[in-house]
Parts: sequence; C-alpha cells; structure tokens
Amino acid sequence: MPGRDRRELAAIFAGGVVGALLRVALAQTHAGVAPGWPWVTFAENILGTFLLGYFATRLQERLPLSAYRRPLLGTGFCGAFTTFSTMQVELLTMLDAHRYGLAIAYAASSVIVGYGSVHLATLYVRRVRTIA
Amino acid sequence: MSLPVWIAVGVLGGIGALGRFFVDGIVAARAGRDFPLGTLVVNVSGATLLGLLVGLGFTGNRLLLAGTATLGSYTTFSTWMLETQRLVEDGELALAGANVLVSLVVGVGAAALGRYVGARV
Repeated sequence: MPGRDRRELAAIFAGGVVGALLRVALAQTHAGVAPGWPWVTFAENILGTFLLGYFATRLQERLPLSAYRRPLLGTGFCGAFTTFSTMQVELLTMLDAHRYGLAIAYAASSVIVGYGSVHLATLYVRRVRTIA
Repeated sequence: MSLPVWIAVGVLGGIGALGRFFVDGIVAARAGRDFPLGTLVVNVSGATLLGLLVGLGFTGNRLLLAGTATLGSYTTFSTWMLETQRLVEDGELALAGANVLVSLVVGVGAAALGRYVGARV
C-alpha cells in the first residue's frame, strides 16, 4: 500500500515539524532560565513523555484503529518534541565540569519522572475506560 | 531568529522524525521487538553525531539547525521511556533496567566519543 505509506510518512513529518518548532521555540525563549540545571530540556522531555503515554495508551486501547494518529502524535510530535541527544551532551558538559552529583541527579530525575509520567498517563487513560 | 531559520528548523525537525522512523524500522526488522533496540540505535547514533558537531566547533545557527533541530528530533526521550514502562508492565524488569542503564552509559559515552573525534579531524 504505497498510498497509505506515503500518508503515514507525511503524518510523521508534520508531527516532527510541529514538535521541533515548539521545542526550539521554548529553548529560545527560556534560554538560561536557571544556569546549571537544564530546565527547558527537562520540562520538554517530561511533558512530551506524559503526552506520548496518553496518546499511545488511548490510541492502542480506546480509540478505533487509525493509521495516522499514532504517526502524527506519537512518532512525529512527541518523538520530535522530546530529545535524547541534547540531554546526553548536557550530561557530558556536567561531567566535564566535575559536577558528578548534578549529572546523576539530572539523569536519575529525568528517568524517574519520565517513567512516572508514562505510568500516570497510562493509568489515567485506563481509569477513564473502567468508569465509562 | 529570522523566518528562513524557523522554516529550516521545522523542515529539518520533520526530516529528523522520518529518519528515526526508518532507522527504528530497519533495526527492528532485523532484531525483533523483544528489546527496543531500534530506539537505542537511534538515540546512541544521534548522541554521537551531536557530540561530533560540538567537537567540530559548530555554534549558533549551524548548531541549531544540524543539532537542536535535526538530531533533537531524530533522537527521542519519550519513546525510550514508553518502551521502558511497557517492558516493566510485561514483567521484563531486567530488560527495562538494561534499557535505561545502557542508553544512559552508552549515550554519554557516544557523545564524548563523537566530540573527541570531531575535535581531532
């Protein structure tokens, strides 16, 4: 189905455009809010991860199967709005400055809060289903 | 930031997302979906390339476009966390722990390696 594939790719591209623009806009407008702790990357990653947990669970378990919502919202938007590479370079910069405690705190809190936000979003979608 | 730069950020962000989709698909087709190796390969390769750009001395708009826009979209934090949480739900605690630790250790190492190589070419 080349036609379906092309629309799926267009959905991923469109979601990626919006996710990247929003991520860069937040970084540009909030640069250096709090030196030391990368608040912008942290907040973007946590928000995007909560949204992906919500979309992925809802699209998989609640809504009728759609070929374009998951590529648009999940792979495209949430995938592009959140970032791994920037986080790794931020960690590397902390290690360069011998701020090992800060690096461990940043990595651990990103993983713990990120994981928790997927968990909460998943529970939220499933709880709504049980009531409805 | 000028309008052409914003347009480039959007287009490159879309291309980065497509690149992630293709690389993840190629890796998963070979390695299966038991372990989220596709996302790991995407994230580690993206961290290496971002380190490389930093090592090469990219700054300003060049770093913004090639790094923040393209590689920022190519790599993903949210999918990494979603896949980890789904592994835990499936009772695969060891795989979930490995997915977190390997990504972080290899990710930082890859960024450092990329930067080292970039600074010496």
